[in-house]
Amino acid sequence: MTALAEPTLVDDLVHALGPDRVRVGAAELSLYRRDASNFDGHASVVCFPTSTTEIQAAVQACVRHDTPYVARGSGTGLAGGATPLAGAVVISLAKMNRILAVDAAARQAWVEPGVLNLDLSKAVAHLGLHFAPDPSSQQSCTIGGNVANNSGGPHCLADGVTSAHIVAMEVVLPEGDIVTFGGEDPEPAGFDLRGAFVGSEGMFGIATKICVRLIQNPPAVRTMLLDYMSVEDGAATVSAIIAEGMVPGALEMMDALCTRAVEEYIHAGLPMDAAAILLVEVAGLPNALEHEVERIVAIGRAHGARNVRVAQDEAERALLWKGRKTAFGAIARIKPNYYLHDTVVPRRKLPEVLNKVYEIAARHDLLVMNVFHAGDGNLHPLLVFDKREPGVMARVHAAGEEIVRASVAAGGVLSGEHGIGLEKRDYMPLMYDPPDLAAQASMRAAFDPTGLANPTKVLPSPASCGDVQHLPEGVWI
Amino acid sequence: MDLSDFAADVGDSGPVTITGLGTRGGPVADVRCVRAPAGIDWIQADEMIVSCGAGTPVAELDAALAGVGQSVALPLSGTVGGALAIGRSSHRRLGDGPVRDVLLQTHYVSAAGEIVKAGGPTVKNVSGFDLCRLLVGSRGALGFFGDVILRTRPLPAVSQWFHREGDPWEVFAALYRPVSVLWDGQATWVLIEGHSIDVAEQAARGGLRPVDGPPSLPTGGRRSMAPSALRTLSGTSGFVAEVGVGVVHTIEPSGPEPLQPAVAALHRRLLHQFDPGGRLNPGIDVGFGSV
Repeated sequence: MTALAEPTLVDDLVHALGPDRVRVGAAELSLYRRDASNFDGHASVVCFPTSTTEIQAAVQACVRHDTPYVARGSGTGLAGGATPLAGAVVISLAKMNRILAVDAAARQAWVEPGVLNLDLSKAVAHLGLHFAPDPSSQQSCTIGGNVANNSGGPHCLADGVTSAHIVAMEVVLPEGDIVTFGGEDPEPAGFDLRGAFVGSEGMFGIATKICVRLIQNPPAVRTMLLDYMSVEDGAATVSAIIAEGMVPGALEMMDALCTRAVEEYIHAGLPMDAAAILLVEVAGLPNALEHEVERIVAIGRAHGARNVRVAQDEAERALLWKGRKTAFGAIARIKPNYYLHDTVVPRRKLPEVLNKVYEIAARHDLLVMNVFHAGDGNLHPLLVFDKREPGVMARVHAAGEEIVRASVAAGGVLSGEHGIGLEKRDYMPLMYDPPDLAAQASMRAAFDPTGLANPTKVLPSPASCGDVQHLPEGVWI
Repeated sequence: MDLSDFAADVGDSGPVTITGLGTRGGPVADVRCVRAPAGIDWIQADEMIVSCGAGTPVAELDAALAGVGQSVALPLSGTVGGALAIGRSSHRRLGDGPVRDVLLQTHYVSAAGEIVKAGGPTVKNVSGFDLCRLLVGSRGALGFFGDVILRTRPLPAVSQWFHREGDPWEVFAALYRPVSVLWDGQATWVLIEGHSIDVAEQAARGGLRPVDGPPSLPTGGRRSMAPSALRTLSGTSGFVAEVGVGVVHTIEPSGPEPLQPAVAALHRRLLHQFDPGGRLNPGIDVGFGSV
């Protein structure tokens, strides 16, 4: 008599989800070996649950087989957070893309994690509402991914990042329990586990339903473009606007190289000879706006703005924003590859750090362009290159590390909206001392006693503290 | 801010509790009591941030910030540390947002007596797990706030309370981002801020007439309801509800809501991780009875 073979992990997943939604083919797996970062891993299985109980079953199967797993939305993350390591199971939430309920009066909506960010705002537009976080990937990124990364976007300056717009979540915890964090009510009992979960990069469990806050569309919007002969003048304008008590809906900056690339790409009438341009948008009630536009124009001129262009209609506004939103497309015309960084510095340090960024890029013989959320000091230096050039990747990474170090040294932080993932995991000691990191590790240990939810991300292993760019085995850039 | 004395006060053994101005229940009885340092380190108006000791009275901070045309979205009573440890917002939450969104960075003293940093000094920051959110509202059970960096907001040009008889639902739907909408079952009070002409136009749109201030809020109990559930209070009295938020101030005391078992277990794991000996604020209720 032969003993029955123990079911494998794949058997268990097939049993729970059915054969169609569990994939192990090499070609398919290779699609899931990374997110939008440069970090490649290796998935052993990809599965596509369609309900909370299926996610629970998938997590329980992984635990039973002591196999790590990674939840994944659209894979637009830039820090390697969704890169599967060590043959992890990828749990794709792409098929869980329903908007479950919209309460227009209470301005809340329950959605599944695979709903695309922009689809939600489109679906509630007729109610005069929208979902505030608007990462530049908003056409393709998911709400679940926004939760995992605590995503931002240009309009988070006034309205806050994702955490401020998530009121509750149903979560499958790493041990398999289905719980609710937060609530539709404002003061649920206990710790703010909702807040702790947002931004935990898939390491605290998997959000299976999300209750978001929707906010009113502004009755009026005014959009302005100011251009400068120096980056310093543009940055000084940003600080002065905030210091004068205004919080624009968005406050975005592009430097000379980026502006030229965009103008050659979309012909929006951007000044080709400007050192920097500022895109300022104010939103709200009409009288306050007119007053703010006047004050911003005056502040801009006092700080050396050459031209001030106030969009006269929605078409012109859309054109100005198109310049900002197509920056990446424009850059692709210059060099085939880019590496996008994401750090935050105090606004007052923007000129100093930008000059440092230029100096670092020049020293490593790289082109750098800057297009970023100036209002909250969120830098996005783009190193552009051709990876076929021998040795260029080493220079890109060396320059990137120096940019991160310069940002933290200026009193800034490692990441404003992309997260830590694999990319900045080993930079965490630049910002946090061992007791600080131990406290974060304590959070992880409490949420995930199994250690299987997206392991080896965010927290540097103790051995690599102070050391930089030691990626786990099996990962390459 | 040098927190070494505060950390030494907290120490690394034996039960210890903390107090500020005693406006939110005060320290745990019969336990050695410490106080966090007080005082404003700096205000950076152009960064919209302020740094202070957790023992700083909110009123003192508010007065100093008013000098640069800003404020911080904390309830005005007690200390900054107390406001954060309890995590309850003022009646302005509809416009100002919750207390948890105010804290950007803190150095707290852990149960091991160590100074630990959580968060970062910039408004936007996703560097690691959001320990600040976990600490706000945790009643000192995970650590004692030492110093903090808080996000500030500009003061409005005009701030005016309005009133009308009747239910708030139409007014709430019609107005653009009022700062507070209060309802006692009979009448509605609305706080509108901004440019004077916008404020007047909003008031006209809502059929509102100016009043001196909000109704006094009952202090017997505080319920947390889904904003959509507030309509069930129609026809009752003895409350003032924050419309659009769901906090209900009641004359009658309110009881705690039970936690799901798995959520309670997670609380216990967090407490065990952060304070294995249960020495910080021993016996305090963090949401599922005394710890």
